[in-house]
Amino acid sequence: MYTTDLSGKVKGKAETAVAEDPALVAAFEARVANDEFIEPKDWMPEAYRKTLVRQMSQHAHSEIVGMLPEGNWITRAPNLRRKAILLAKVQDEAGHGLYLYSAAETLGTSRDEMTEALLSGKAKYSTIFNYPTLTWADIGAIGWLVDGAAIMNQVPLQRTSYGPYARAMVRICKEESFHQRQGYEIMMHLAAGTEAQRRMAQDALNRWWWPSLMMFGPPDDKSPNTEQSMRWRIKRDTNDELRQKFVDITVPQAEAIGLTVPDPALKWNEERGAYDFGEVDWEEFYAVVKGEGPVAKERMQARMKAWENGAWVRDAARVHAEKRAAAKLAAE
Amino acid sequence: MDALATYALRLGDDSLILGQRLGEWCGHAPALEVDLSLANVALDQIGQATHFLNLAGALEGEGRDGDKLAFHRDVMDFTNCVLVEQPNGDFAQTIARLFLFAHYQELLFTALTASKDTQLAAIAAKAVKETAYHATLASDWVVRLGDGTEESRARMIAGLDWMWRFVDELFVTDEVDAAALKAGVGVDKAALRAAWDQRVDAVLAEATLPRPAARRPVLGGRSGRHSEHLGHLLSEMQFLQRAYPGATW
Amino acid sequence: MSDASKEWPLWEVFVRGKGGLSHRHVGSVHAADAKMAIEHARDTYTRRMEGVSLWVLPSAQITSSDPGDAAALFEPAEDKVYRHPTFYKIPDGITHI
Repeated sequence: MYTTDLSGKVKGKAETAVAEDPALVAAFEARVANDEFIEPKDWMPEAYRKTLVRQMSQHAHSEIVGMLPEGNWITRAPNLRRKAILLAKVQDEAGHGLYLYSAAETLGTSRDEMTEALLSGKAKYSTIFNYPTLTWADIGAIGWLVDGAAIMNQVPLQRTSYGPYARAMVRICKEESFHQRQGYEIMMHLAAGTEAQRRMAQDALNRWWWPSLMMFGPPDDKSPNTEQSMRWRIKRDTNDELRQKFVDITVPQAEAIGLTVPDPALKWNEERGAYDFGEVDWEEFYAVVKGEGPVAKERMQARMKAWENGAWVRDAARVHAEKRAAAKLAAE
Repeated sequence: MDALATYALRLGDDSLILGQRLGEWCGHAPALEVDLSLANVALDQIGQATHFLNLAGALEGEGRDGDKLAFHRDVMDFTNCVLVEQPNGDFAQTIARLFLFAHYQELLFTALTASKDTQLAAIAAKAVKETAYHATLASDWVVRLGDGTEESRARMIAGLDWMWRFVDELFVTDEVDAAALKAGVGVDKAALRAAWDQRVDAVLAEATLPRPAARRPVLGGRSGRHSEHLGHLLSEMQFLQRAYPGATW
Repeated sequence: MSDASKEWPLWEVFVRGKGGLSHRHVGSVHAADAKMAIEHARDTYTRRMEGVSLWVLPSAQITSSDPGDAAALFEPAEDKVYRHPTFYKIPDGITHI
């Protein structure tokens, strides 16, 4: 899954202008423009490093928090096949979080530091995970829409300028290829099922449609970092471009299984060769970014609990390893 | 159900309930890597459950498949051992349960690969590799926690203490086991005990942990006499199948 | 909350994809000891039959070349074209060479 472009301010900008050697900056910009990869020990502008750490850690946090809404249904999956699929998928999210934290760690920020930034509320994660999963159909909707939106964002990032990030994205995209399909398959079954199941599917689409569109981040004219991030190949398409692409691809998928996209303004525009669609409720988006999502408190509480309850386990393993190392040394 | 079908059912129920319990951890483990480890074990168990329960349904011959058996029986018809339905508790309690059970399961599956029933033997041959890893993983954690900090040691002791009364049930031979054994299909479970004791004792010694004192065993899971925990586990696991009778997913 | 030194160390993970191939770097994991690192590497990086063998190595043990030395280290190889078989012209019709 993918983190929403939360478009904070780039704090590094002002600081860097004074301190950095213009020749180094120029050489760096040229390498990036030339589609070369930047590796951990290469020189890079401080703003690039900061933006990357922020984006990669937000992305990692989103994977980890993103385990919770779907994890909510692992114990209630309706049959053995669905249970195994869902467990494998949520486990994948843990793996993806791990790959992304590792990529961010190459820039000198530890996973513990990033975790603490998340738990203290300093770091952000994708707004989509602050919505609740109420019925089984939500598992279908998340796979289909949320992973669908994620894939759209992530595929171009396989060619992002920072080597470890690009390599993590290659692995993630490969692993995620089943995520969207299993979600759509769930929706397909429900839409063709009993009246109660069809209702469940439509209700899930109604609730997840708009938050999914929000995943692409604020409109381009309100996304101040886009230009710099695109120049640095940390971002490869604008928010609005991706959002449009998502709508154009997804609407026919909904129609094919007899579900209705909850947007009265949705209309095919022959001239543009694309769908016109209604305005996202940006007030809601910014509120959710600020931590006012319906289940934001529950999500943070769950992460905090796992972290705190796990502390004695992490300590024990470390102490045990130290004891063993000392004993080995003494024996030599 | 005849003895052979019941035999497969018990194997499936053990794996299913343990897999369900381990699935509860997903997203809440002490470290990201541990989350991945526990989910792998849960996936193995659910895979085993699917094979064994489908086989049990086929042997029964009344049109029930693995899902029907997993999602449409009540507590008194579940035949898993009481050990696997025990709550996760803290990480030490979860590890204690996995440790005690995985060593039993590995020994059992190893013996079961020689079963005259080729389907059971085939499932066991695949599953034994999985459980061998579970046993190693759990043993390593018992050692780390037992010989870690004071707190982890106390928790590991408490976890083993909680689980220990359910161990004897694993090795009980009743009429179903006897019939399966006689037919050359089942395993002599009582004969596994010595090897199990040896393995468990070796790990406990490495972990500098005392062996829990022998106590009055809690039995009954194989005949549907469970702890209170199983009913809650089933009410959660079977919720959708119960709420939407006849629907497919 | 915790300080950085309490974190499990980072290990680099190398996987042999199948017999005959060399181990390839695939990523990293945190683990308290080498055995745990192998288990974490297995549970993280071989879930889709990606490998038949694993290496783990404490990340702190890796020494890498300095990007600033790249020119001195690698460019001198550029003009040693005679190390490559295509440097040599052999008449048509001569085979097995």
